[in-house]
Amino acid sequence: MSYFVIGYFALLIGGACVAAYYKQQSALIVLFALTLVSFLLGIIGGAVVLWGIAVAAGALAFCAMTAYSFREFLILLLPKRLAKQVATAPLTASFGMFVILIYMIAGIFAPWIAPFGEAEVVGSAFAPPDDTLLLGGDQLGRDMFSRLIFGARNTVGLALLATTLAFIAGAATGLLAATKGGIFDQLMGRFADIIMSIPALIFALLILSIFGTNLTVIVIVVAVIYSPRVFRLTRAVAGNVVVMDYIEAAKLRGEGDWYLIRREILPNSTAPLVAEFGLEFCFVFLLIAGLSFLGLGIQPPTADWGSMVRENATLISFGVITPLIPAAAIALLTVAVNFVVDWMLFRSSGLKEKL
Amino acid sequence: MGTLLRLIAMRLGLGLITLLIVSILIFFAVELLPGDLAEAVLGQGATDETVAAMREQLGLDRPAPIRYFEWLGGAVTGDFGQSLVTGERVSSAISQRFANTLFLASYAAIIAVPLAIVLGVIVALLRNTVFDRVANVLTLTSISSPEFFLGYILILFLSVRWQVFPSNASLSGGMNLDDLLYRTFLPALTLVLVVTAHMMRMTRAAIINLLASPYIEMARLKGVPPWKRIVHHALPNAWAPIINVVALNLAYLVTGVVLVEVVFVYPGIGQLLVDAVAKRDFPIVQACCLIFAATFILLNLAADVGSILTNPRLRHPK
Repeated sequence: MSYFVIGYFALLIGGACVAAYYKQQSALIVLFALTLVSFLLGIIGGAVVLWGIAVAAGALAFCAMTAYSFREFLILLLPKRLAKQVATAPLTASFGMFVILIYMIAGIFAPWIAPFGEAEVVGSAFAPPDDTLLLGGDQLGRDMFSRLIFGARNTVGLALLATTLAFIAGAATGLLAATKGGIFDQLMGRFADIIMSIPALIFALLILSIFGTNLTVIVIVVAVIYSPRVFRLTRAVAGNVVVMDYIEAAKLRGEGDWYLIRREILPNSTAPLVAEFGLEFCFVFLLIAGLSFLGLGIQPPTADWGSMVRENATLISFGVITPLIPAAAIALLTVAVNFVVDWMLFRSSGLKEKL
Repeated sequence: MGTLLRLIAMRLGLGLITLLIVSILIFFAVELLPGDLAEAVLGQGATDETVAAMREQLGLDRPAPIRYFEWLGGAVTGDFGQSLVTGERVSSAISQRFANTLFLASYAAIIAVPLAIVLGVIVALLRNTVFDRVANVLTLTSISSPEFFLGYILILFLSVRWQVFPSNASLSGGMNLDDLLYRTFLPALTLVLVVTAHMMRMTRAAIINLLASPYIEMARLKGVPPWKRIVHHALPNAWAPIINVVALNLAYLVTGVVLVEVVFVYPGIGQLLVDAVAKRDFPIVQACCLIFAATFILLNLAADVGSILTNPRLRHPK
């Protein structure tokens, strides 16, 4: 028994006692369950596993504190109406917003933040991390850290572009289908069915094998693959709005389709559409990252997270975590967006689940 | 019973039509090639004679619809033509790999499906407690991670640092089942992590939807014990959504398997497809796409038919 192990269990059990004394049921359950689990794991894996749990708990606490202070910061900074909404956000959502903000800053100011250019060879291949190369060098001796920063611009930018295109196409046709109905509605519906009956990655691979891998093709293909999802949702949401009396009234006033969509239907269906945009972004981002990982996405020397994982994957077999960093960057952004979307969906779905 | 059969027959027919249209899409997508197949294969430097000879060899001089029906007829009997790069029969390149992929997917499914359903029901019962919140964060994280991230993390810890499982899932003939299961454990585990998370969330949502309905409330008010509420009242109505969830996630496995096979160098059909796309070997690309799409459509069809069959309202029409 080292001092670490004794301290570890003392802290957990002490925390559980404090929680029990102050009648904090959920905290007590978490702490005591953690004690039991780490007791079991400690017997199986030894002190290393306990270190792992301690580090993970520390990281979690750090994230929670960041999220909390960021939320308080936003509440102070934002105008009153927005601040009221932000105050209801759970910690996961404010953590998500914080991460998204960081990525935005990294993407927009990439050339100023990154110490080197994205294609600049500055060290030896697979150089270990030091003071100048913060995360070491990649397979050609380019700076990993700089490429990571530029990747925020390239990978996320491409995904954002594709999502926006898919969203505009899907939402426009969905709104039109809901207002017009009839043959147009039927045709678009069947078309969406067919696109959605082919797995996304497979469809993308088929088209990329034909047109080759260039950025325009990727953006268009991804937009075509994902617009049916948006189409369906928009049509369903708008379909519920279209039957309302105020729409009837507007029609009787003699308003055109464009006015109906812009002034009556859209304002009443923004909440689910915004949430869908976030979800859609996650799917698109993961698809594009997957394609890059397969070597069929953004082509070198442009820095891109998916291909960075692939190019440095050999390092894994030496136990080095460098190739995991860009992959973690992808995962972190997707998690962040999902957290925010989760909160928005909960808000827009009403409080049905709360019962 | 008549309406039920008619519903299922209609759904099957619709699935068949979808499959047909998808096959048309897959075939004619290649026709969209700038120039044509022969020029694409031979490249810029080819002389007119070699291009013409290639066209004749590939049968490109005949109209596309005729070639489509020949291709479809071949595909139905398992003959997908010849590879453009190696000249090998596509069917012989695919058959063993397809079996491997099926093996990996079913390995993952057998672990994931019971695990996800049990966990999903538990989380639904414990909703709005700490466990539910923790499970929510964990499953969201698992869903949001790209498959290759999970795969490489597993390789780093389980195979490089602690050396429990092999990272390279290459198979050789004559391995017995134990060996096979051991060697393919890491790729299967990666798939399990992603699919279980998806399935758990969907199961939880389905059950919670159900528990909010008035007849469950009624059962609670008249004093039925919790387990009986679940088994007698909720479960008969929950089968439809659960079967739906399972089939949809198995369909999701179909795509996930491509990335996982590449990460673990697993000799499956997904890896073949990726290689063929890079080499622009169209017959193989078409064949793999058709197989993946057919599996996907079939599983979606199974989801629909399953939910029709288990819907008590349809089984006992008024």
